[in-house]
Amino acid sequence: MTFLQIRDVHKSYGTTPVLNGVSLEVAKHEVVCLIGASGSGKSTLLRCINALETINSGEILVNGDEVTGRGVDLNVLRRNVGMVFQSYNLFPHMSVLKNITLAPTMIGGVPKAAAEERAVELLEKIGLKDKVGAFPDALSGGQQQRVAIARAMAMDPQVLLLDEITAALDPELVGDVLEIIRELARGGLTMLLATHEMGFAREVASQVCFLHQGRILERGTPERIFEDPSEERTQQFLSRVIKAGRL
Amino acid sequence: MSRVMPFRDTAANPLKPVRSAPPPVVRLAVAAVLISVVAAVCFGIALRNLYVLTGASNLVVLAVCVVAALAGWIPLLPALRAVTRAKERTSLMRQDRIVEARHTAALGRESASTSLGYAAAVFVLAALLAFAVTNDGAIAQTFLRGSFIAEAWEDVLKAFWVNVRVAIGAEILVLILGLAIAVMRMIPGPAGRPLRILATLYADIFRAIPGIIVLYLVGFGLSLAEVPVFRDLPPIWLAIFALTLTYSAYVAEVYRAGLESIHPSQWAAARSLGLSYPMTLRTVIIPQAIRRVMPPLLNDFIGLQKDTALIGVMGVIDAFTQSRLVASSVFNLSPVTVVAIIFVLATIPQSRFVDRLVERDQARQRAGSS
Repeated sequence: MTFLQIRDVHKSYGTTPVLNGVSLEVAKHEVVCLIGASGSGKSTLLRCINALETINSGEILVNGDEVTGRGVDLNVLRRNVGMVFQSYNLFPHMSVLKNITLAPTMIGGVPKAAAEERAVELLEKIGLKDKVGAFPDALSGGQQQRVAIARAMAMDPQVLLLDEITAALDPELVGDVLEIIRELARGGLTMLLATHEMGFAREVASQVCFLHQGRILERGTPERIFEDPSEERTQQFLSRVIKAGRL
Repeated sequence: MSRVMPFRDTAANPLKPVRSAPPPVVRLAVAAVLISVVAAVCFGIALRNLYVLTGASNLVVLAVCVVAALAGWIPLLPALRAVTRAKERTSLMRQDRIVEARHTAALGRESASTSLGYAAAVFVLAALLAFAVTNDGAIAQTFLRGSFIAEAWEDVLKAFWVNVRVAIGAEILVLILGLAIAVMRMIPGPAGRPLRILATLYADIFRAIPGIIVLYLVGFGLSLAEVPVFRDLPPIWLAIFALTLTYSAYVAEVYRAGLESIHPSQWAAARSLGLSYPMTLRTVIIPQAIRRVMPPLLNDFIGLQKDTALIGVMGVIDAFTQSRLVASSVFNLSPVTVVAIIFVLATIPQSRFVDRLVERDQARQRAGSS
């Protein structure tokens, strides 16, 4: 069953086109990896799905419901569509616990005690139970990103958007974060990730999309995209990635 | 692998050892000696004049003056040390011990600079003293006559309580009104446009009108026009109201700078969790902005506190008005100096307090556990 449907989405910043007719379907429990060079539109696509950016034309449907255009309650949409950012974006003036419980208590209608219990549970899962009272500045990048994932998961989203979440991390911290994503994938969470971790994409993705100049140039199973790409651009991109030692 | 060209061909271009000679010290050291001697002599003369002026054969005063005069010679010590270093440097250079010479020269220049810095301070003190005792001490007599200060002290301090009340009242209102205006300027969309324009106009107008004029107009105008509510307010409330009008405009700008300085990614993070615009503003943006604007906010508050000295124009007896009353009866400005001193004493602790707040907040965020 198609859970997320993107139909011919166009988006430009001023006169600079960023997305030139992107169409994509994501079924429930699928993990879709978006790969491509910087500026190819991966991040923008994710931000459009979460309505952090408005699209110029086309439509995006979540669970059969159109979420673009006027009159859509974006706050309800965003409760179901979680997002994790490259630069973590934790709230620096709140403790880890408060970061995680803020949204559930403010808008999810969860009582404070229950939200905190769930937050501790989530922190235990990501191995940061002892950091419950810590402030973000006292955590390493990897720890912050894990907390950011827990914060998004605290709202029980139906789909999680991950925007190059390991790109700002030191190499030795990447593994811990990816392990959590692996765990979430195993649990059947629908996810869209923009990523430069090709090895990881190959491992967890059910579908890989190669974006180039605002279009999905090629898509398929990871085996096909990584081993037998049909488009010349994809081949060029992958060979550059291999040269840089990232695959 | 292709052969990579090295950035620098070390074989053709070997590194030469660096043997830079140490910079000379003598000239700087001699200058330091001369300047500190001149400063000490000037300071001594100024102190002598002061002692003569007091006309006292008081031993304590004499002792204080002598100690101060001796202290004026302190800058000479590092200057002399610099001279010694300069000599050492020369002899080391003669023995071709360049590294040690460099080390000694650096120490010597440092001593000489220290001496110059202290000598400059002694000069400034000497100038201030000389100014205070000009015209046979007329300056000191006009501003700092002990008997008048003692006479005015109590009344002025009592009247200062009015300034304190006005300042605190206005500050509380300014915190609220300023934030409201700053937020009004951020309301998005076409619906918010009229409010945005209003808020902008408010900030523009009240930052343009001199505070003393607002005080005057509010103080007399509102009661003259028999504006309901306002005509029955005691003058002290009108003073609070007028200062609130003026300073809300400044503080709104401070808040706005703080709100705009919060990175858009914080908005994105909060909105992506489903928080609405007002919720994001309230729980994520404003708390961070306020932490950030604490120092400039307090700066504006110190300005506000000082401007409470203007409320005399609307007929409120504050510390400044009170001191002027005393001053005109004794033909001496010493009572006004008292007000100045009180303002200084009231302000300095606040500056230190906010420094501490900022430090503590940063330390807490850095250290982690709450």
